[in-house]
Amino acid sequence: MNTALSWIKAYVPGLSCTDQEYCDAMTLSGTKVEGYVRTDKNLEKIVIGQIEAIEKHPDADKLIVCQVNIGSETIQIVTGAPNVQVGDKVPVVLDGGRVAGGHDGGPLPENGIAIKAGKLRGVVSNGMMCSIEELGSSRDMYPEAPEMGIYIFPRDAAVGADAVEALGLRDTVFEYEITNNRVDCYSLLGVAREAAATFRRPFVPPAVTVHDNGEDVHDYVSVEVKDTDLCTRYCARVCKNIKIAPSPRWMQRRLAAAGIRPINNLVDITNYVMAEYGQPMHAFDLDKVAGHKIIVRRAKDGDVFQTLDGQLRKLDSEVLMICDGEKEIGIAGIMGGENSKITDDVTTVLFEAATFNGPNIRKSAKRIGMRTDASSFFEKGLDPVNAEAAINRACQLIEELGCGEVVGGMVDVCESIRPLRHIPFEPERINRFLGTEIPTADMLATFERLELKYDSSTNEIEIPSFRQDLEGFADIAEEVARFYGYDKIPTTLPSGEATTGKLSFKARIEDKARDIAEYCGFSQSMTFSFESPKVFDKLLLPADDPARRTVTITNPLGEDYSIMRTLPINGILTSLAANYNRRNRDVKLYELNNIYLPKSLPLTELPEERTQFVLGFYGEGDFFTMKGVVEEFLEHVGMTQKAVYDPKAGRPYLHPGRQADIYYGKKAIGYLGELHPKVADNYDIGTRVYVAVLDIPTVVEFATFDRKYDGIAKYPAVTRDISMVVPKAVLAGQIEAVLSQRGGKILESYALFDIYEGAQIRAGFKSMAYTLTFRAKDRTLEESDVAAAMRKILNGLENLGIELRQ
Amino acid sequence: MKERLEKIKEEVLRQIESSENLEKLNEVRVFALGKKGALTGLLKGMKDVAPEERPKVGQMVNEVRAELEGRLEERKAELEEFLREMRLKSEVIDVTLPAKKNQVGHRHPNTIVQQEVERIFVGMGYEVVEGPEVELDYYNFEALNTPKGHPARDEQDTFYISEDIVLRTQTSPVQVRTMEKGKLPIRMIAPGRVYRSDEVDATHSPVFHQIEGLVIDKNITFSDLKGTLAEFARELFGPDTKVKFRPHHFPFTEPSAEVDVSCFKCGGKGCRFCKGSGWIEILGCGMVHPKVLTMSGIDPNEYSGFAFGVGLERITLLKYEIDDMRLLYENDARFLKQF
Repeated sequence: MNTALSWIKAYVPGLSCTDQEYCDAMTLSGTKVEGYVRTDKNLEKIVIGQIEAIEKHPDADKLIVCQVNIGSETIQIVTGAPNVQVGDKVPVVLDGGRVAGGHDGGPLPENGIAIKAGKLRGVVSNGMMCSIEELGSSRDMYPEAPEMGIYIFPRDAAVGADAVEALGLRDTVFEYEITNNRVDCYSLLGVAREAAATFRRPFVPPAVTVHDNGEDVHDYVSVEVKDTDLCTRYCARVCKNIKIAPSPRWMQRRLAAAGIRPINNLVDITNYVMAEYGQPMHAFDLDKVAGHKIIVRRAKDGDVFQTLDGQLRKLDSEVLMICDGEKEIGIAGIMGGENSKITDDVTTVLFEAATFNGPNIRKSAKRIGMRTDASSFFEKGLDPVNAEAAINRACQLIEELGCGEVVGGMVDVCESIRPLRHIPFEPERINRFLGTEIPTADMLATFERLELKYDSSTNEIEIPSFRQDLEGFADIAEEVARFYGYDKIPTTLPSGEATTGKLSFKARIEDKARDIAEYCGFSQSMTFSFESPKVFDKLLLPADDPARRTVTITNPLGEDYSIMRTLPINGILTSLAANYNRRNRDVKLYELNNIYLPKSLPLTELPEERTQFVLGFYGEGDFFTMKGVVEEFLEHVGMTQKAVYDPKAGRPYLHPGRQADIYYGKKAIGYLGELHPKVADNYDIGTRVYVAVLDIPTVVEFATFDRKYDGIAKYPAVTRDISMVVPKAVLAGQIEAVLSQRGGKILESYALFDIYEGAQIRAGFKSMAYTLTFRAKDRTLEESDVAAAMRKILNGLENLGIELRQ
Repeated sequence: MKERLEKIKEEVLRQIESSENLEKLNEVRVFALGKKGALTGLLKGMKDVAPEERPKVGQMVNEVRAELEGRLEERKAELEEFLREMRLKSEVIDVTLPAKKNQVGHRHPNTIVQQEVERIFVGMGYEVVEGPEVELDYYNFEALNTPKGHPARDEQDTFYISEDIVLRTQTSPVQVRTMEKGKLPIRMIAPGRVYRSDEVDATHSPVFHQIEGLVIDKNITFSDLKGTLAEFARELFGPDTKVKFRPHHFPFTEPSAEVDVSCFKCGGKGCRFCKGSGWIEILGCGMVHPKVLTMSGIDPNEYSGFAFGVGLERITLLKYEIDDMRLLYENDARFLKQF
């Protein structure tokens, strides 16, 4: 939303401030100014000159030499413009002046173009006559400007006067960000009212009086609203003897500053009123309205309608239509029809100013695929009172511009206008709520400036119809606060009962996961929570795999972003692939992400969201590197029992011989493994990839930060090495289970120090060697203690088919 | 006897002086003081000394022994010192050679900022809580005073799972879930992922993070909101940070404000990060709307509160001068290692 300062000042006559002051003050009172441009930017030393004589250039066919009276003197200017004649009044840039752009109307250079006296083909030229493009504007906004050549002022322009002023370019256009609760501020008058209150100046809105011709509009047209749920008010007035012509310059200038292209008086009036009042209007050619009857009703499913831009639009039964006695003539609030379009030969016009249901207009515009200026107003939900004010303003302008004759009266179909809201005035509560000590009188003064009426007898504030956003106490407090100044409200800290700041246990576990992963060389990655359903094929998941049951987005950004992940590894594999593709070496990543598991499909309740600790790497390291990270983590979150690794995990995306599910006690807490080479191919990673996943909610069940000091061993340890020939199928895990079960309390630790398969060992076997460390806490071990424990262990190992090597 | 003693002494002293290493010195010690050494040998000759002379000779021998021992120790210390010097000289390294690093990984910049924010608020007595990302429409909109048909719904470009279930567009639903639990007073922050259907580009991402804050208690004021966020801004951006509150609108707070901080890159003078204005918008906030309190079962006549929402990525990008939001989700190792 844009407004010109000059237009604001027309209704806030006492306003006097710099552009920046206006910006800052309006922003701090709640009408955020996004920025502003001066329309006279880079326009320097430009006056109105009159051409007194024109001669041919002696040495150039396409140039002419003009003598131009600039008031104080007559100067010589050489130009190539084809359109000037003796007597023309034109904008002249003097030596040392500046224009905004080139005559081609291309993008404006930041610092404009400096103009200096000089010679053109040997003839002195002391300035330049300008086109509208050189003045930084365009023929769209100045329709009277010639297509090619110098802008020409009306005959009555004053020679020597400021040309920029005469063009209405001594102005500033402000751009606002209006919040969607302030429907009234999508209009010049709304912003002007805020400006008046902000600068504490009187607000003088236009006085609207219509003389009319004494006839009764009801003799011209009747209106019937069938679907009153979608149209709360429909106002209609008629103007006759219409004479289409350009609108006056002042109106063109104001429209141009608001970014609206002037067309002709009738169109300009409706656009002008829309900008000023925030109420879109529509003008029908009454002679094309069959039966001179307007019917407002829903369309029928499958109806097709041609809008005035010539396009065919498909309708449905939720689209509200404006119809005449026979047919549909406009889509309510969105666009009129081709069949009732105003043409230059129009004589009688029907003005419509209505209030349509905002959400319905928004949805219709979306479905039809046509969001217009009008619909973007209506969808905010307009004030029915304003419709009447706007239509009267339009009729006033018809009279003022000599555009036609206004028929008396207004057809007004109005279901109900909401009674004005009243809110109790509670000054102490407001101060308590804001933490301020604002005097009651100041609050009342603010209300008055905002046109909120205070009734001392009831101690209530009457809310005007255009402030539908003010509903209760808190809203009133905001009005007080923003005009008192947010910056003047003190800063305090909440008092009251102390609370304990804390992180949840889960968050602390996650933080430990980050620490351990990072110590182990992994960097944290983040990936989107939604992915493509093709991921499951990439990961070789069978068609009936439960992971394929997903939470699916109905309106995704595309299929590739359509399902909420049920498997945690695609993100990290994609990131690893990107790194591999960019030739980054030895990349280690971890992620803490959620998987989203539907409890039932279609979703009837919220899915389960489980945080996963995911690690992945390629480059230096192997399966056991990854296993090491997992065990570091488990140890640091107090899971000190030995985790069990089940190689029969059967995950299709992992190497069949290099994967394991991880159990803690009897409970699966995650898995790890090398990526299946086919999956690595699917991700275009040309090397081995290792991944690990730990389910954080399960980890949380077992984790603890409680620790107990266990003493430092005082008595000497006894070590024994055992060297074994082990059947190939026996896993280290099985051997270690025997060691820990049979070693008794005195077995402090064990460590594998050699494993070998090959020539010296017979087929089907491998050689393994462990160091066992025995120690008692309370005494020096006797040889017999160790021997007894060793016997038990060796018996157990024999049961696994293991032989001791001598 | 005395002469022999003198001779031994001189000979030993000479040998001590000429010993160039500890082994040699030890040989001298053995030669002089050992069981079969010169002095011992000399003492064996005591039987030839007159008995009345013996104490005197014994004393002389002991004096020589003491002197030699002393000198041996000195020489040993000298040699050790010399050898240490030699070793140190020979062990000079080029300290500018590359380090052997343990290659510690790097935390994601979003997490670094998030944890910094958490640290500040935990210090002020706030609890860090979580809420679901796949959320009921009720919590994401309805209970936040944004009924169906409200224009704010369109602005937020919501991803829908079903008519009643959405990907949350903000962390604000956690406010409602926390209030509904009914435990007062409340001081919480809720960091988390949020979703809006924006196409990916340098400044937009359909997945991003917010940090929600909520305080509910008796007598909470707008000035408390200002004071709390000013404190937060100074902690996060530095003690000289200034804060500007601008009126704004959110459906679930009233009064509402947007908060700018004085640009932490240029200190407010104006630079490319603050687009020359000297201010950077960092969050939205306001007093919890009475309707929201009522819907969550809290009496607005008894309790009041404030809420705020910070865009995490926005701060991350500004703080680390990251010029493209996509970098945050590409996870290029060369990017991550810079944090």
